[in-house]
Amino acid sequence: MNPGEIATALKRLAPTLRPGGGEIRDLARLSGGASLETWAFAVGEPGHETRMILRRRDDQVRDGGIFSTSNPLATEASLLNLAARQDVPVAGVIHVCESDDGLGEAYIVTAIAGETRGRKIVADETFAAARQLLAAQCGQILARIHAIPPAAAPVAVSDAATELSRYEAIYRRMNLKRPILELGFRMLSRRAPLCASPVVVHGDFRNGNLMVQRERGVAAVLDWELSHLGDPAEDLGWLCVNSWRFGAPDLPVGGFGDYETLLDAYAAESGHRIDLERVLFWQAVGSLKWAVMTQMMVAAGRAGEDGALERLMIGRRTSEAELDLIVLLESLA
Amino acid sequence: MMADPPIDEILDAVTRFLGGLAAAPAGRDAYMTRVAANALSIVRRELTLAARADREEVERLRTLIGQDGGLEALDAALCEALRAGRLDEMTPGLLEHLKRSALARVEIDQPRYRSPSPARR
Repeated sequence: MNPGEIATALKRLAPTLRPGGGEIRDLARLSGGASLETWAFAVGEPGHETRMILRRRDDQVRDGGIFSTSNPLATEASLLNLAARQDVPVAGVIHVCESDDGLGEAYIVTAIAGETRGRKIVADETFAAARQLLAAQCGQILARIHAIPPAAAPVAVSDAATELSRYEAIYRRMNLKRPILELGFRMLSRRAPLCASPVVVHGDFRNGNLMVQRERGVAAVLDWELSHLGDPAEDLGWLCVNSWRFGAPDLPVGGFGDYETLLDAYAAESGHRIDLERVLFWQAVGSLKWAVMTQMMVAAGRAGEDGALERLMIGRRTSEAELDLIVLLESLA
Repeated sequence: MMADPPIDEILDAVTRFLGGLAAAPAGRDAYMTRVAANALSIVRRELTLAARADREEVERLRTLIGQDGGLEALDAALCEALRAGRLDEMTPGLLEHLKRSALARVEIDQPRYRSPSPARR
């Protein structure tokens, strides 16, 4: 759909979005991959408008099954509601679209101001105060996400062994010959911990998917499309992957905090402590997954989708993930 | 006859040009210009560093798996040996080889990328 068609559909929907409806203004595409779009817009007259975000998946564009693990957007919306009930900071769901709405698979949430760019959050002077808060907030927020009743969440179970075999299958399908990844699959599969009682994990909880404000720190947790039931340590490990430290490698938690702060805050909120070794295992799985993902983006770039050069160049980040992985494998060996 | 100017010099010039364009922000275009400039920097470093990195990697691989061949064939053979369990993390020199190889590639792809210091992992 082009911007004009989206504006028309939103205009029809306005009375549902806001009492009395109103004009649709400032419609702008924010970002997104080939199939998942994020749009910002406002409803109402200048000075009295309400800012909202539309997330939609264009059903005309298929992504070749690469992200076949992504949740449907209606599932994402129900996860947002479940998370809000646990006092997880999230954007409030305003409307989940029906096919009559003419927007395809989509939902609309309140817009929340803040910064998502990891490098800015890690390095910018104006975020110095927020950086002092973030690691503890992440621990507390993750504990709350993991307290969502699993039976209420419409997502599948995927433990360490399942995650590893899914990414190994993708690696095989791409016919890559990368010895570090090969060793990673072998060593990590042998060490995959069992997960007796899976919890709701976010699946992509990292610096870059957090809306951060200068005074209050985390204002919203974004991008729930990879959420599933699994090992709680998975979310903590992914948050600590070196690729999300944005040039501050010695601050393992997102480039803004240390392990102790994260684990202490998690324990204080949840009542149980996660072992650092288990976090490091998942951190290694994270680097392995990120290495495979970078190659998936190269494949998508070669297939001639949008942004070929950009996706191609992400392939030159595979080596960073391999370096992080081999360093972690060395300490496991 | 020597090519003149050499491609190193041409690549440097294009990199500077594109980098300069990126200073004038125009949203997506400025971002993509930076991506293009970065791409050329990688080409530049690869031209300088890859031959030696490849040669050293091949030497280590020959010792490690006891067979001859080019980098691609040896990497494929190592992958096969790892997958089949004939070699693993206990194999003398294996982890060292993989780490040195990764460091050499990062030096080309992203020389400013830093590993955590050992205590921080």
